[in-house]
Amino acid sequence: MTATGANPTIVLVGHGMVGQRFLEALAERGLTATHRVVVLCEEPRPAYDRVALTSYFSGRTPEDLSMTDMAFIESHGIELYIGDPAETVDREARKVTARSGQVFDYDVLVLATGSYPFVPPVPNKDAEGCFVYRTIEDLLAIEEYAKSRARVGAVVGGGLLGLEAAGALKGLGIESHIVEFAPRLMPVQVDEGGGAALLRTIEEMGLSVHTGVGTQEIVVGEDGAVTGMKLSDGSELATDMVVFSAGVRPRDQLARDCGLTVGERGGITVDEQCRTVSDPHVFAIGECALASDGRVYGLVAPGYEQAETAAATIAEDEAEFTGADLSTKLKLLGVDVASFGDAHGTTEDCLDVVYSDSRSGLYKKLVIGRDGTLLGGILVGDAEAYGTLKAFTGSVPPVSPESLVLPAGAGESAQLGPTALPDDAIICSCNNVRKGTIREAVTEHKCTTVPEVKKCTKAGTTCGSCVKVLGQLVNAELEAGGVVVDKGLCGCFSQTREELYEIVLALRVNTYQDLLDRYGREEARGGDGCEICKPAVGSIIASLAPTIGADVYVLDGEQAALQDTNDHFLANLQKNGSYSVVPRIPGGEITPEGLIVIGEIARDFGLYTKITGGQRIDMFGARVEQLPLIWTRLVDAGFESGHAYGKSLRTVKSCVGQTWCRYGVQDSVRMAIDLELRYRGLRSPHKLKSAVSGCARECAEAQSKDFGVIATTNGWNLYVGGNGGATPRHADLLAQDLSDAELIRLIDRFLMFYIRTADRLERTSTWLERLPGGLDHVRDVVVEDSLGICEELESLMAAHVSHYRDEWADTINDPEKLARFVSFVNAPDTPDPVVGFVPERDQIKPDLPLLSIGLRPAEDVLEGTAQR
Amino acid sequence: MTLAPETTDLKVQLRLTDGWLTVCDLSALLPGRGVAALLPDGEQVALFRDRAGTLYAIDNRDPFGGAAVLSRGLTGSHQGRPFVASPLLKQRFDLETGQCLDDETVRVRTYEVRAS
Ligand code: SRM
Ligand SMILES: Cc1cc2nc3c(=O)[nH]c(=O)nc-3n(C[C@H](O)[C@H](O)[C@H](O)COP(=O)(O)OP(=O)(O)OC[C@H]3O[C@@H](n4cnc5c(N)ncnc54)[C@H](O)[C@@H]3O)c2cc1C
Ligand code: SF4
Ligand code: FES
Repeated sequence: MTATGANPTIVLVGHGMVGQRFLEALAERGLTATHRVVVLCEEPRPAYDRVALTSYFSGRTPEDLSMTDMAFIESHGIELYIGDPAETVDREARKVTARSGQVFDYDVLVLATGSYPFVPPVPNKDAEGCFVYRTIEDLLAIEEYAKSRARVGAVVGGGLLGLEAAGALKGLGIESHIVEFAPRLMPVQVDEGGGAALLRTIEEMGLSVHTGVGTQEIVVGEDGAVTGMKLSDGSELATDMVVFSAGVRPRDQLARDCGLTVGERGGITVDEQCRTVSDPHVFAIGECALASDGRVYGLVAPGYEQAETAAATIAEDEAEFTGADLSTKLKLLGVDVASFGDAHGTTEDCLDVVYSDSRSGLYKKLVIGRDGTLLGGILVGDAEAYGTLKAFTGSVPPVSPESLVLPAGAGESAQLGPTALPDDAIICSCNNVRKGTIREAVTEHKCTTVPEVKKCTKAGTTCGSCVKVLGQLVNAELEAGGVVVDKGLCGCFSQTREELYEIVLALRVNTYQDLLDRYGREEARGGDGCEICKPAVGSIIASLAPTIGADVYVLDGEQAALQDTNDHFLANLQKNGSYSVVPRIPGGEITPEGLIVIGEIARDFGLYTKITGGQRIDMFGARVEQLPLIWTRLVDAGFESGHAYGKSLRTVKSCVGQTWCRYGVQDSVRMAIDLELRYRGLRSPHKLKSAVSGCARECAEAQSKDFGVIATTNGWNLYVGGNGGATPRHADLLAQDLSDAELIRLIDRFLMFYIRTADRLERTSTWLERLPGGLDHVRDVVVEDSLGICEELESLMAAHVSHYRDEWADTINDPEKLARFVSFVNAPDTPDPVVGFVPERDQIKPDLPLLSIGLRPAEDVLEGTAQR
Repeated sequence: MTLAPETTDLKVQLRLTDGWLTVCDLSALLPGRGVAALLPDGEQVALFRDRAGTLYAIDNRDPFGGAAVLSRGLTGSHQGRPFVASPLLKQRFDLETGQCLDDETVRVRTYEVRAS
């Protein structure tokens, strides 16, 4: 570089994602020590994670989104001017003037000004209620408008950003429309088949999609605010707000004004080193740059690569940027969408391998070259294999391509382990990290955990889509190096849950302290345990209580201290500290008298009442000191605990069945009640749900349950491993045409085998998929008795069934336990003043003063799925 | 924090600006579980006793969720430091210092507590 004085100056214009990465790259190369670094930042806040903008609606605050560590800025002596954009550049004098009037001399000028959202020139495009979606300020403005005056919103543009914006509107709880000019959604990333799968899933979520129509005019009301949109097919869409998401354009005005060359369709023209073609002192990186391959990249990964290239060039390292991969994986509105390599099959003579199941919104396409090379692909609905497939792009995968797109369980499917990848396969495309680099992080740099490897290599730190593959590689590498990967339950136990279960059962260990002191990790013995192992061990002890000589009452003695909060109060904690009450209604069958009792109790205690998704009734808003009073009345009327709080059997749903229904072939209600009463109170690794349908029409949705039963003319079919919830899975058929006795025997065995071998918080569906051999193995064990343990499984269940006692009845009859149900130990009659309510739709809802200081990252918030 | 000898008629007391407030019998505290106490000024305190008998007292209000429920969380130790995990979204708080172990910018108030 042609540095003038002793202190050459680098001026960076734009502190976005790429600008920030450029600063980090300067620091890594020691350039912050030898240069004065000035940053002009237009937005009112330093760089943040624009890619994750929409996660604001799942609870991430603007602070959480920040990518700028102020300690980094300070320790490197970087001068960061927030809210002060560059206004003019004088290339001759090498000076930049900022809006504040400050003037900076530069030796190197780096433009990282990003893009601006393109707004089509339709009439009234600037009316009140029209927005774009790019910055945190845009998002806050949209939120405010939506909350105060919009019920319906429309997004112009059905590409990647349009879907993000529609997701944001949906997150705000308003009715959302997407208007896309192309005949399908995400026309750039996916093909027709992928677009159809995506459309179906998105429409199922309640969003309205209008493809093949353009926006012609924004209609405004008398006050000048948006009331609708005129579309090219002549129709009019009524809407209270419009978000334009019709693409972006490079922000190159500053460059144009100072005479730098820009492309025909915008973008500051640069060479392989990211240096502008007009001026060796000026660089352009990120979305404002027109790269040497003639493209403007709208993704963050190529921008990062350009930032590294520019920094390396300034440091006189060798680096060049000649083009980048456009692979993307996104979770749009909860739907996985990924495309990589030559997704549209433009290579000559290539073949497509397609798997499509539009009913479940699945579409997978691989593009294969004549010689078997994987060239690219599109995945919609399930992008599990994205990380591995992308890394195999450009090589011939070791298994057949067909087997890679079939869903798990459909015969041919094969799992390709990341260990099969070559060392130069790119694992993290955002940060361009090769497999070899990740392996070195473990072997050379002694990293032993994923967070350490992330820090060391930057892999997995941007979009996160590679983290799963990263974890598999790190474990494989550790194991290969002879390091024993710690599969222990938590910091207190080196055993897995399954191993602890075996210890408890075989050695009849019936207290947690005993287990911790004898079998815990050396450093944990004699200690207080932790919030992970206490409930897990509490659950094992409760499942085996009659057999190992522990009390079956979960609040007995030490067991009380092990229970999660919900189990400890035998009710579900609500956001304001109140509790909900769910009495058991076996099979969903209830007498009018029973309904009246519940109604009277809810009325007398002023509880919010709702029919649940599990065919029973939930009463919300009980104060802790009211729980015993409410339950005394419920128990008197013959109700018992519904265990809505426990990791245990929830409900066995039923359909009305043969007794009333003209199609029914068995008495599904009776069977559902029998099953619910048999397995009630059974503590398990995760909650258990079941259902019984009276015929193949399946009105009880049995195939979405942990164990589901469907009547046949000859008896019952048993399905296992189903799941609704976050990752739905249809249950697998375990056995057919069973008699009542056969059915119950098989379920006894199945449940006890699951309780014995599953991990903590592992539902039957994930357990079944993890277990080597899967369904076939389970069938061998529980139907064929291949391990010779069925007798034991059955007797364990028999012990549970014969020792069952209602824990609420036990509690209200035990004065010492009742003493715990008080708000304050020193003021038992004073209700907690924080528990307040306000009226809503003739009932109540919690009134909670908002103390929003942020949430834990969204992935941990799903109760039960949290793993540390 | 004081080590509490195993005697049943001991009382748990909290240090407030104007002296010690007696809250409850020591026997009301189950090792590994908390209780809540109401202070004269309307503040709420979560009291805990660990397996060794050590007592701890911190503000009862979960600073993330806003509800007064920290006394109902599960306790444990992490690298030798005693903690309670909020029953709402499971953030852990050091019982001695009130520091949140999952977010270094958050801390809850602590109180001096003894059994006598
Ligand atoms: C009340 C209810 C919603 C409603 O108003 O209808 C409900 C409410 C809760 N559900 Fe649910 N779920 C309810 C039916 C369902 C259903 C529908 C069903 O059972 O047919 C599902 C999908 C089916 C399934 O489980 O596979 C469902 C899937 C979940 C999940 C996701 C589970 C998964 O495997 O992904 C969670 C989180 C968890 O358990 O980890 C959850 C967790 C919860 C928790 C316990 C969250 C919490 O810790 O606060 C909610 C507490 C209720 C309370 O405070 O009383 N709830 N939940 C339903 C109670 C049914 C009942 O009578 O017991
Ligand atoms: C909602 C949304 C979702 C996205 N999702 C993905 C995704 O999943 N994957 C992906 O790869 N990409 C995604 N992107 C694109 C990604 O955010 C961009 O590629 C990336 O931010 C580009 O970084 P940049 O630094 O070039 O530009 P920006 O991050 O836009 O930063 C440019 C900065 O320069 C400032 N600036 C402009 N002019 C001046 C001036 N004269 N003086 C001072 N400052 C100035 C701007 O205010 C801005 O802060 C998404 C974008 C959005 C909006
Ligand atoms: S599942 Fe069959 S028997 Fe049951 S209600 Fe539906 S149609 Fe009738
Ligand atoms: S691929 Fe995006 S973080 Fe690794």
